[in-house]
Amino acid sequence: MRKKTRGVYASKMKRATHMLFYRRHQKPGVKGWELHKALGVDYPKVLEILDDHLKDLDLQVKTVFEEEKTPAAKPTVEELDKARFYITLRGDLTPKEAKMIGWRIDDLAGLAVTIAHIISKKGQAPRKDVEKLLGEKLPGWKVGINIDRYIRYGYLQQDENDLLYLDWRTRAEVDEKALIKLLLSGDAQTTLTTENTNDEESSEEEQEDE
Amino acid sequence: MQSSKEQKKSGREKLQRIIDMMQDIENRKVDPFMLDVDSILKVVKEYFPQWEEADELTLDSEVIHHLASVIKLQSEWVKHSSTSLYTDPFLLEEKIDQAGKGEMLHVFLGAWRPLVELEQLSMNSLAAAMRYWDSLVPLKDRWPDLDVQEVAMGTTSRDELVKQRVLGDKFFSDELEAYWEELKEKVKAKSADGKIRYWDFIGADTYEATVERAFLTSFLISYGYATLEIHRLEEEIFIKPFEEPNTEVLSQQSISIPIAVTYKNWEKWKRGELD
Repeated sequence: MRKKTRGVYASKMKRATHMLFYRRHQKPGVKGWELHKALGVDYPKVLEILDDHLKDLDLQVKTVFEEEKTPAAKPTVEELDKARFYITLRGDLTPKEAKMIGWRIDDLAGLAVTIAHIISKKGQAPRKDVEKLLGEKLPGWKVGINIDRYIRYGYLQQDENDLLYLDWRTRAEVDEKALIKLLLSGDAQTTLTTENTNDEESSEEEQEDE
Repeated sequence: MQSSKEQKKSGREKLQRIIDMMQDIENRKVDPFMLDVDSILKVVKEYFPQWEEADELTLDSEVIHHLASVIKLQSEWVKHSSTSLYTDPFLLEEKIDQAGKGEMLHVFLGAWRPLVELEQLSMNSLAAAMRYWDSLVPLKDRWPDLDVQEVAMGTTSRDELVKQRVLGDKFFSDELEAYWEELKEKVKAKSADGKIRYWDFIGADTYEATVERAFLTSFLISYGYATLEIHRLEEEIFIKPFEEPNTEVLSQQSISIPIAVTYKNWEKWKRGELD
């Protein structure tokens, strides 16, 4: 890349970083057309370079296409303009780290169960069914509070018939295929269970300390 | 042997039960494959020759309509089953049931990529905020106190309020009754079918008077002195007075019908362009 071009891309990357890291609207993330307007038609290239830089920090630029219609081939600029872009973690969090960012094990496990259940029900499930499912392992008073919290955070949405759906945050943060695959894969469960014991013990100790 | 009347009754009940079940399926309370489409069609076919009344035929078409929705749900289910995201819900439920909290957490952490956001003030934004603050006019200048003189409390009479135009010169109920009489007379004089075009009744020489008449008309309808007849296709609205006030409407769930009484419409009505 020539020096001048490199300079242009460096400046565009800075602008993209500001736009993506700082919340500009009620919901986080930036629409493609906003990036298009601010960075020019070559904004996908800018995001590609930014994504490459973020690799070292274990972060990534995540693209969520409109109505979950991920294009089979290389997305067109039109499709990208309609998509929303976020910065998310690239790798996995450990349970301790998850706790550090404000999640209790119970709440996060409840979220996992809820999302998996809704996916298995073709993307929608009656709230009552989810409450029943969570109620098997969480105290009754907590179930409703947790579901309302998931809705408030944007992981779920509820319609007037009390049906729950996956919302924008789940689409941005959760790899649905990976979640189901991990849940169904016996191997993952065995290895994870062994790892899990120590972590769970230590995190429970920490919770007691609080 | 069942009489034809009894057969019809039993047929109607059967169709109603089928509709209820299909509604449960549409509301995702029941698995769409619980319904045997062939047997439903058999029932529909069995009773169809007996239907004569409009409501019976409506019931029959309602069954077909819901059946189409259920078949659509079944086809969606099959389509979803062929995608990579499909998982047998029973298998998944079993897995969820067996998994401990910690295990579930580990699984989720393997698929969860939380968003990253920053919240931070910059010197630029602070400086811009300071500039804004400096240019902001103080509240006492933006919202000056109203110069209101304090007066002693006193009493007033109805006549005084009428003079100050706080109240009208008639009691509202009297005014409404008189207005109702006017409507009845106009309808008698102008039409043989007991109704009058809405605008022909509320329209007056001035726009203000028209709005006032529209306001009173709304009470005539709300209090059961008259009713509206709306012809949606022709976009015509008629007002039809009752001979006696219909008190039943007061106890029924009412619906609001917005009618635009705009200056433009009033001008059109004056020119005779508003049909």
